[in-house]
Amino acid sequence: MNNVTVGKIEVRNVNIYYGKFRAVKNVSISIPDKKITALIGPSGCGKSTLLRSLNRMNDLIPGSHMEGSITFHEIDIYEKSVDPVEVRRHIGMVFQKANPFPRSIYENVAWGARINGFQYRLGHPSMDEWVEICLRKAALWDEVKDKLRSSGLSLSGGQQQRLCIARAIATRPEVILMDEPASALDPIATLRIEELMRELAEEFAIVVVTHNMQQAARVSDFTAFLTMEEDRSGILVEYGKTPQIFTNPVDSRTEGYITGRFG
Amino acid sequence: MLHKTARENFDLQLASLISEVKDLGMNARDAVRVSIQALLSNDIQAVKKIISEDQRINEKRYELEIKCIALIATQQPMAHDVRLLAAILEIITEIERIGDYAKGIGKVAVRLKDVKIDDDWQHFLVSMTNKGLVMMEQGLEAFILLDDKAAREIPGLDDEVDEIYNQLADHIAHSYSINPSNYRQAQCVLWAAHNLERLADRVTNICERIVYVQTGEISEFDNPEIAA
Repeated sequence: MNNVTVGKIEVRNVNIYYGKFRAVKNVSISIPDKKITALIGPSGCGKSTLLRSLNRMNDLIPGSHMEGSITFHEIDIYEKSVDPVEVRRHIGMVFQKANPFPRSIYENVAWGARINGFQYRLGHPSMDEWVEICLRKAALWDEVKDKLRSSGLSLSGGQQQRLCIARAIATRPEVILMDEPASALDPIATLRIEELMRELAEEFAIVVVTHNMQQAARVSDFTAFLTMEEDRSGILVEYGKTPQIFTNPVDSRTEGYITGRFG
Repeated sequence: MLHKTARENFDLQLASLISEVKDLGMNARDAVRVSIQALLSNDIQAVKKIISEDQRINEKRYELEIKCIALIATQQPMAHDVRLLAAILEIITEIERIGDYAKGIGKVAVRLKDVKIDDDWQHFLVSMTNKGLVMMEQGLEAFILLDDKAAREIPGLDDEVDEIYNQLADHIAHSYSINPSNYRQAQCVLWAAHNLERLADRVTNICERIVYVQTGEISEFDNPEIAA
């Protein structure tokens, strides 16, 4: 079922609870490097919870806790000695709603670099160069190069989302998590984000949660289908190469979901 | 396979498409039957009907192709649905070619309009036609039921059609060696038989697609005659 042997992130037997409620039940999944992995499934199946667990975002939710292990470079990111802020530097996140800081375009990206302790060294890019590199990688440079001091909030929705992607990659992460990154965007802006994701996948591991199955089919290399059991716990039903999942899924529950027919 | 679901409208469109594909297949089957009857009974009027029927089959095939493409574009089919639509695109092409074979046999009937075909040869042609048309009916039945088990069994009949074709070819070669003046009739009859032999191959292709719809596996049925 799992086509990935050694992943960038290894999720093993993970259970995630909000209080007594188990939102994610016994999920194991291997996230490959330099590929896009899509998490799909009905609302409430735990896909966002699983995504957020990959960089300890759930720590911020009172009453949540997890069991099992999530390893990154063979380190369990939930070890007591591990600083969650450090985890989030290496495993960045882009949210459904673009959330640039109310600062200039330049500062939004420079902030990402500074939290990673950016300092100028001979033979390395200057801050100006690094901001440009990140904006270029986020396919935004040409649109903003003449107004870097304008507020990030002055940009369109699609541009703001690309600015957030530039800010995320400014910290030099290895993995980028995306939670419905295009659901608030129009179709053209959505396709630009998808094109950008394909470019970013040459450098980063990307995990994307999406309700848009066609988006998962278009953009991802691997797809994981999650659903809910009767107790509403989210389980991983099937994980495989995206063309396989969308043309010939193994499990009838996957078939039912992706064809819009339940049961 | 079609449950009552959130995609009722799409399901109805798929069901209607399947039914139209079957009807197209039955039209092609009827055309083949009429063309052989025309050949054996020197009925030129029937040939005219076959030629206009072939035109209708071609047009209907394009109509169904456009319907398939529209469903793919508008419904974003996945899994079984996309396999079914992809298979239908192939199957209607196979059916359209079977319609061409009926027309091909009709042309032979025109060339032999003044010739009573040798009784033995008639017997071979009738036998090939019956088996070929049974294959076709069973293939269409397996298609509307999406019965991959039946679809795997039907191509067995293709071997029998090939066997009769080979017997007829031997028979024709033998009789030609005795009576070379029969050359034109011999060549025409062999051509009609070749069309029937190809019909059986086309039905085998349809059966392969039914198996694909149900299993996701595309593979050629093991048949050395096709491979050759």
